[in-house]
Amino acid sequence: MVLSNEDLQSQVEALLGANILHSEINFDILSIEVAADKIHSIIAQLQKDEKLRFEFLTILGGVHYPEQINREFAVVYHVHSWKHKIRLRLKAFLPLSNPSIDSITDLYPCANWMERETYDFYGISFNNHPDLRRILNEDSMDYFPLRKEYALEDATREDKDDRFFGRF
Amino acid sequence: MGKIDDDKVINGEGYQLTTLDKAVGLARANSVWPLPFATSCCGIEFMATMGSAYDMSRFGMERLSFSPRQADLLIVAGTISKKLGPILKQVYEQMAEPKWVLSVGACASSGGIFDTYSVLQGIDRIIPVDVYVPGCPPRPEQIIDGVMNIHKLVKKESMRRRYSSEYKDLMSDYKIEIKDNGAK
Repeated sequence: MVLSNEDLQSQVEALLGANILHSEINFDILSIEVAADKIHSIIAQLQKDEKLRFEFLTILGGVHYPEQINREFAVVYHVHSWKHKIRLRLKAFLPLSNPSIDSITDLYPCANWMERETYDFYGISFNNHPDLRRILNEDSMDYFPLRKEYALEDATREDKDDRFFGRF
Repeated sequence: MGKIDDDKVINGEGYQLTTLDKAVGLARANSVWPLPFATSCCGIEFMATMGSAYDMSRFGMERLSFSPRQADLLIVAGTISKKLGPILKQVYEQMAEPKWVLSVGACASSGGIFDTYSVLQGIDRIIPVDVYVPGCPPRPEQIIDGVMNIHKLVKKESMRRRYSSEYKDLMSDYKIEIKDNGAK
């Protein structure tokens, strides 16, 4: 059975109620914002719900919005329902002062490496993660490279010139 | 050639005078065993170079050595990320002397188009390089030209290069230890 986004929105609202802080449909996917400290129980509810059955975690990642004070980091989850062939996007915002959120590795084992990647690039720490350490970058790296305050370019470069890379 | 009596002279074992360094250099240059450290598109070009159309076996190089212990020439073809850097250095250190390094393509030589925090901006930051091949990726002809230049170096190289003070200085610049077995 294929659900439309509007049907999904009403079903998710019935299930989660006031836990949904904000919801909108963009890029054909229903997107809901939830409180960061409730993320584990909300995703568990969506996964275990008999009707919706969001049994697959498509992706988990981070975003940095330096201009949003006390909402600098977003952790974005895409959960997928094989039964309804539909996807739901969840967003939880975190402050720069304490970017930590509960791990969902106990619900979806595939979240393990994705949470490590999010930690690696944004410095968001996941509570109760079994093995939270860098995964893609070298272990000796001393910063989180996708935070906007760090330049994309290698700091030790000598022969690269902005002009040759289309930047002026 | 003259008389039949000269047969012994003409057909006997001949000899040629040269220095041992030159004879050894000639032998080494015509049997360089390469270790391909290929990570991306330059590696595909290197595969074409090894194939029958370009045929590296003309130069005694058809025997690729995937063990660093038996390799003479490290061919680094492709982007080397910073995380891969220590592994490349370890492979270089495991190679037995004498050894040479060919850096194939823009990425291995300078980081290429990858002007970013995660890519090593040239392998010469961690290991010494003998010949650079430009191009993104270079054509097989260019790789062969690089190999020819390596051959020129190999022919000229002193047999006991590793005991020279210049070589020791170069290695200490890269913080690579040379094991001295007592020979001079």
